[in-house]
Amino acid sequence: MRTNDLIFRTTTSLIAFILLGFSFYLLLAGHNAPGGGFIGGLMTAAAILLMYMAYGFEAIRKIIPVNFKMVIPTGLFIAVLTGIGSFVFDQPFLSQTYGHFHLPILGDVELATAMIFDLGVYLTVVGVTLTIMLTIANDS
Amino acid sequence: MEHELSPLLETVVIICIVGISISIFILLYRVLKGPTNPDRAVALDTIGINLMALAGLLAIFLVTTQFNDVILLIGILLFIGTIAIAKFLEKGVIIDRDHN
Repeated sequence: MRTNDLIFRTTTSLIAFILLGFSFYLLLAGHNAPGGGFIGGLMTAAAILLMYMAYGFEAIRKIIPVNFKMVIPTGLFIAVLTGIGSFVFDQPFLSQTYGHFHLPILGDVELATAMIFDLGVYLTVVGVTLTIMLTIANDS
Repeated sequence: MEHELSPLLETVVIICIVGISISIFILLYRVLKGPTNPDRAVALDTIGINLMALAGLLAIFLVTTQFNDVILLIGILLFIGTIAIAKFLEKGVIIDRDHN
């Protein structure tokens, strides 16, 4: 039985972008404001889940050809790599530093290596959440 | 950074918090009593909207901007949750498997 989800699908195509933008904002704002990798990852997973609910399993699997099980080790690898990277500069494990850089459009920004660790947390949370959801949704 | 709330605004915010709390209790009655499941879904949705208002009032009361993300977050999670409930009630499945 095919039903007509025109309103739902049109709304989803609009709201999913806002959700992805908000999740990216939360990921970047985590240093000085509430937010961070965990809640940003949950929001990204929510946006992708909304698209799955609107368009079905097969359609989104073609649009986002990512095996979410492989996102988990990627995130963990990035997080461990930031810890190991501190050995290169003769520092203890998971040491962090920051610096001021001059970027073309954004001007003077403060970039911290904790951001890369947050990116690892973000990818891990996205992978775990979507793996759980899609595994539950896929049993027959 | 230390801001004080004026007495008038404080009184108004407290009255609004009490009003919204009463609204949540009445909606809770609809959730418990509601004859059909869609009634409960709509009541839960409205409770979430009242929670957004409550978080906004709390941000005014505590003179902070840190709650603004929470308000947007409640709205987004509420939308996704209501969509999931509605789709389950309508079709019995939340993510279609062999569609299109």
